[in-house]
Amino acid sequence: MSLLDYFRSSKPNSASLAKERLQILVAHERTSRNQPSYLPALQREIMEVIRKYVNVDQDAITVHFDQEGNQETLELNIVLPEDR
Amino acid sequence: MARIIVVTSGKGGVGKTTTSAAIAMGLAKRGHKTAVIDFDVGLRNLDLIMGCERRVVYDLVNVINNEATLNQALIKDKRCEQLFILPASQTRDKDALTTEGVGKILEELSKDFAYIVCDSPAGIERGATMAMYFADDAFVVTNPEVSSVRDSDRMLGILSSKSRRAEKGEEAINEYLLLTRYSPERVRLGEMLSVDDVQDILSLKLLGVIPESKAVLNASNSGTPVILDEESDAGQAYSDIVARYLGEDKPHRFIEEKKGIFSKIFGSK
Repeated sequence: MSLLDYFRSSKPNSASLAKERLQILVAHERTSRNQPSYLPALQREIMEVIRKYVNVDQDAITVHFDQEGNQETLELNIVLPEDR
Repeated sequence: MARIIVVTSGKGGVGKTTTSAAIAMGLAKRGHKTAVIDFDVGLRNLDLIMGCERRVVYDLVNVINNEATLNQALIKDKRCEQLFILPASQTRDKDALTTEGVGKILEELSKDFAYIVCDSPAGIERGATMAMYFADDAFVVTNPEVSSVRDSDRMLGILSSKSRRAEKGEEAINEYLLLTRYSPERVRLGEMLSVDDVQDILSLKLLGVIPESKAVLNASNSGTPVILDEESDAGQAYSDIVARYLGEDKPHRFIEEKKGIFSKIFGSK
């Protein structure tokens, strides 16, 4: 590596940073775009019902919506507490 | 039947109106009867870029409201007799645009014109959704910059879910990328997203790259579509874009840096 390269590489490459940020953001926005609009409300209500019976944390419940062709799946994952 | 093109971007200031004016003029100059419509109701500017601002009598909303006929509202371009401009209203509210009203105008224009270019306003409100609703082809104008790329992706989502073709389950709109204000030098220095970077994210058909160019401001200053400035890089880039859109095979000329006299002599990269 020449001295010139050393100075060059010490400068952060802002374009690659931009690309990385965009890739993450766009991927995230694309998945939420395809979700049905009732999903956040549905998610909230399901959580309320579950927490009536089981004392779980908010983040112990994950709701995942997937779409493949004509098939849509709603995946609900609840981690129950070990000791009751 | 006319082909309906929407020029869209989501973000403002990326070059939608410049692009609309250029490609409409380009298509018309090749002998295709073309109408270019300004959908930016309340903030019209296409008339200025086309240089016909003093000839506006009636506008798009007048026609929708049956206050004028389409023929009364269409402004014939003085440089090219195949080109007509339908200006937006400066005073009305954008709610004046109805799907029915816009649909009727496009249907009537379709009988007589080969291409209809719809210049979309920025944002995702009524004017923008109306401009894209009836489109067959979408020109997504994007700057190599984070907010513009993000907004373009958002517009692609709207095109594929809220357009007439999407609602009727017809063949999807052809989506093309026009990357504007591109600086090969800054890309080389790692300061700007490259064409490939943008394509990795949006993956559209690349219609062309418009280099950052002084010619664009000069053109808008004088109300001349930049494509008429045949000496300029931006003008040539738009000519190539029109050619590619019409199916010609043109190599991309403005992605690489122009070689200076020294690199030409010494053959360096």
